[in-house]
Amino acid sequence: MNLVQILFWFLSALTLFSALMVILSKNPVHSVLWLILVFFAISGHYVLLNAQFLAIVNLIVYAGAIMVLFLFVIMLLNLNKETEPKKNIWMKLAGTIAGGCFLISVSNVIYNAQTGSAELANKATLMGKGSIGLIETLGKTLFTDYVIPFEISSVLFLSAMVGAVIIGKKD
Amino acid sequence: MSNLIYLVPLLPLIGFLINGLGRKFLSKLMIATIGSGAILLSFIISVILFFDVKATGGKVFTAFTFINVEIFKIDFAFQIDQLSSLFLLIITGIGFLIHLYSAAYMKEETPDHYARYFAYLNLFVFSMLLLVMGANYVIMYIGWEGVALCSYLLIGFWFKNNQYNYAANKAFVMNRIGDLGFLLAIFWLLLKVGTVSYSEVFSAEVLAKLSSTDATIITLLLFVGAIGKSAQIPLYTWLPDAMAGPTPVSALIHAATMVTAGIYMIARSNVLYHLSEVTQHIVAIIGIATAFFSATIALKQNDIKKVLAYSTVSQLGYMFLALGVGAYTGAVFHVMTHAFFKALLFLGAGSVIYALHHEQDIRNMGGLKKKMPITHITFLLACIAIAGIPPFSGFFSKDEILAAAYAKNPVYWVVGVATSMLTAFYMFRLYATTFLGKYRGTAEQEHHIHESPKTMTIPLIILAFFSVVAGFVGVPNVLGGSHQLHHFLAPVLTTEKGLHLEHSTEYLLMGITIALAVVAILYAINKFSKNPSLNEPTGLGKTLANKWYVDELYDAIIVKPVLALATFLKNIIEKSGIDGIVNNIGVFIQYAARQLRLLQNGQVASYIMIMVLTMVVFILLWFYDSSILKLVAKLFY
Amino acid sequence: MPIQYYIYLALALFSIGIIGVLTRRNAIIVFMCIELMLNAANLLLVAFSQMHQKIAYAANPAATNGIEAQLFVFFIMVVAAAEVSVGLAIIVMLYRNTRSVDINFLNRLKN
Repeated sequence: MNLVQILFWFLSALTLFSALMVILSKNPVHSVLWLILVFFAISGHYVLLNAQFLAIVNLIVYAGAIMVLFLFVIMLLNLNKETEPKKNIWMKLAGTIAGGCFLISVSNVIYNAQTGSAELANKATLMGKGSIGLIETLGKTLFTDYVIPFEISSVLFLSAMVGAVIIGKKD
Repeated sequence: MSNLIYLVPLLPLIGFLINGLGRKFLSKLMIATIGSGAILLSFIISVILFFDVKATGGKVFTAFTFINVEIFKIDFAFQIDQLSSLFLLIITGIGFLIHLYSAAYMKEETPDHYARYFAYLNLFVFSMLLLVMGANYVIMYIGWEGVALCSYLLIGFWFKNNQYNYAANKAFVMNRIGDLGFLLAIFWLLLKVGTVSYSEVFSAEVLAKLSSTDATIITLLLFVGAIGKSAQIPLYTWLPDAMAGPTPVSALIHAATMVTAGIYMIARSNVLYHLSEVTQHIVAIIGIATAFFSATIALKQNDIKKVLAYSTVSQLGYMFLALGVGAYTGAVFHVMTHAFFKALLFLGAGSVIYALHHEQDIRNMGGLKKKMPITHITFLLACIAIAGIPPFSGFFSKDEILAAAYAKNPVYWVVGVATSMLTAFYMFRLYATTFLGKYRGTAEQEHHIHESPKTMTIPLIILAFFSVVAGFVGVPNVLGGSHQLHHFLAPVLTTEKGLHLEHSTEYLLMGITIALAVVAILYAINKFSKNPSLNEPTGLGKTLANKWYVDELYDAIIVKPVLALATFLKNIIEKSGIDGIVNNIGVFIQYAARQLRLLQNGQVASYIMIMVLTMVVFILLWFYDSSILKLVAKLFY
Repeated sequence: MPIQYYIYLALALFSIGIIGVLTRRNAIIVFMCIELMLNAANLLLVAFSQMHQKIAYAANPAATNGIEAQLFVFFIMVVAAAEVSVGLAIIVMLYRNTRSVDINFLNRLKN
């Protein structure tokens, strides 16, 4: 087991554990903090896959901007363990079973796919090598082939900003 | 020549269209002229055709292909031969006289009803011409349906009286029953031999294809059609009720022409009937039974038109007897003579009814002899003709039928002679009660009685002339004649056998018939001229006056059960069954909707839950459809 | 690493997100679970991108096979950021109207 594999298993375990803690924590603030940890772990995965640009963007946008926004709202609304709405235990059970069904059925499909067909069999990812995750390569493609979607996404941002202001305005 | 043939049915059709479409703005004179003129022109052409056929024989004229499918082809074709040209003469000739008569008889109607009347009458003549001119059974069937429609329209001509409408419905429904038989016969014929054209069906090689069972079935089905149209037992009850129509209509449709369509059809199909001994017996038995049965009913009827109606049914029975015993010429001969004297009787009755302002009960008549001399004389001649007194026309045709019946089976003859005697009796009862004795109405009414106008009396005189002399075309050998009609029709009625009776036997039969008829006549005049039976009859007479309660019987065994079934279906099946299903579907949907509404509870969580579960189901269905199908198959098979 | 490890990892992460959405009533947690699912998708996209890269890399180390997936991830992040800003504004409005962030109270908005 080399270093990459060790890191992969460690980061995977960290991701899943933190994700579970997100949904299990009673206090929303703790959930946010666990979610930030999930993002860090995923960024670690990106680094392992040599997607350096996305690793940094993930940290800056998600862990940095979005989660701060969440935290900000939670604290603005003064939510804590006591204000957490109580949910029916049967509803929780039903939700878990439904999600479990989803997990089992899809993993069964994937299991059959990798054994039954050549689509996924013996396929692996390139670890730590390759140039596509680098800022230079991505930037070139983004500003040549994908320049119009990129500009349109700026319009999307603008409209989201206007929308947020309008919705959040006090009548 | 061929163009003239198309004109024969076309002229009445044009008359129908002009009168039917222009009824709002044509004057009565115009209407009568167009209606009668069209028939007169048809008649003139028919006369030309008749002599042409007499000189050169029958022909088939094809107008166009009517139906052309893979397995058979039906032409819209006309066959003008000895039989159809004779019928053309009867239809257009008597039709014209009756149109002429109607012009005066119907003059009280408003112009648009007057035009409607003539339009119907022209349409009737058109259909009847189609019926006899058609060169195959399908064209005949078109005419067959057409005359039924016109009969319905004319019986219910005064549609404001509901009784008349019921009578029209009755006639139509009874005709439909018969028509179904005719239709099935056509289908059977198409199925077995693939053609309906007379010339092909009656050819030797096609007849060879028919087994005797097929021939029996086809002829019996055709006979069912004839029973309906020609008012034989058991479908005769519509004809007396059809007297609801105007009297000239009764004369034309329900005495002279339409009701003889059945006889025409069977005479036309004589080759087929010759193949089936069974059918011939059935035809003869039904014919003679109808003849006798309706003659007994006629004895006690008091409505002048009802007596004539039952008399018509009875005479039609004679014709079927003739057809059944193979005397096709006799049947056609009797159709011809009967057309003259029965049309005359009806028109005479119409004249009386007209003079008495729509009084039809003979108990309120009497002594009209002096008031209406022309009507009286012509009516008397017709009565003598129908009673079968020589040398009037009815004698020759009736005698021929009776002689043929005797040759076949003496029992037919005995019943036939009894019927003949009854006929003479009830006809002279009618005559004596109406024209002899004293007038039984009030003096003021008597004052108003007058002879009918010329347009009515002239047809009476013409018909009376023919009623007297028409028999001379068929004087039998035994009386020194040569029976021209027989020779004329021989090319069509190929299967008819000659009569093989000793001359002495024939003389004897004639003598008995005439003697019995004369006795009946004298008895009737003696009994009814002085003191007519005005009281309500009792005992057997009451049964006869109520027509053997046949209408009541039909009501009890057919109408009531059908109505009961309909009521049952309406109240039980419809209410609880069909209605119940419909209502319960509604209730179930409402219930299901109320339950399903709970799913739409506005709870976001439950929506998402349903979404996820649906996704799971779809994933399973998408990737494991074959295994799921196998599982289902295992579970259910 | 074999691709199916990443698939199972992403699937597990996604399922945890689903379970979170189904079991929690706090709108903000539900929202965070949606982010979790988005990240699972992102991770899988990047893994597939590197899978395609590996096939081409052996022949040409400078090949750009699979780069579209990473650009997709980039756009997903863009959309997610926009979505979060609007979504959080909606949650603030919800709280202002119902004094709660319970998603079951969202049905009160219908009147």
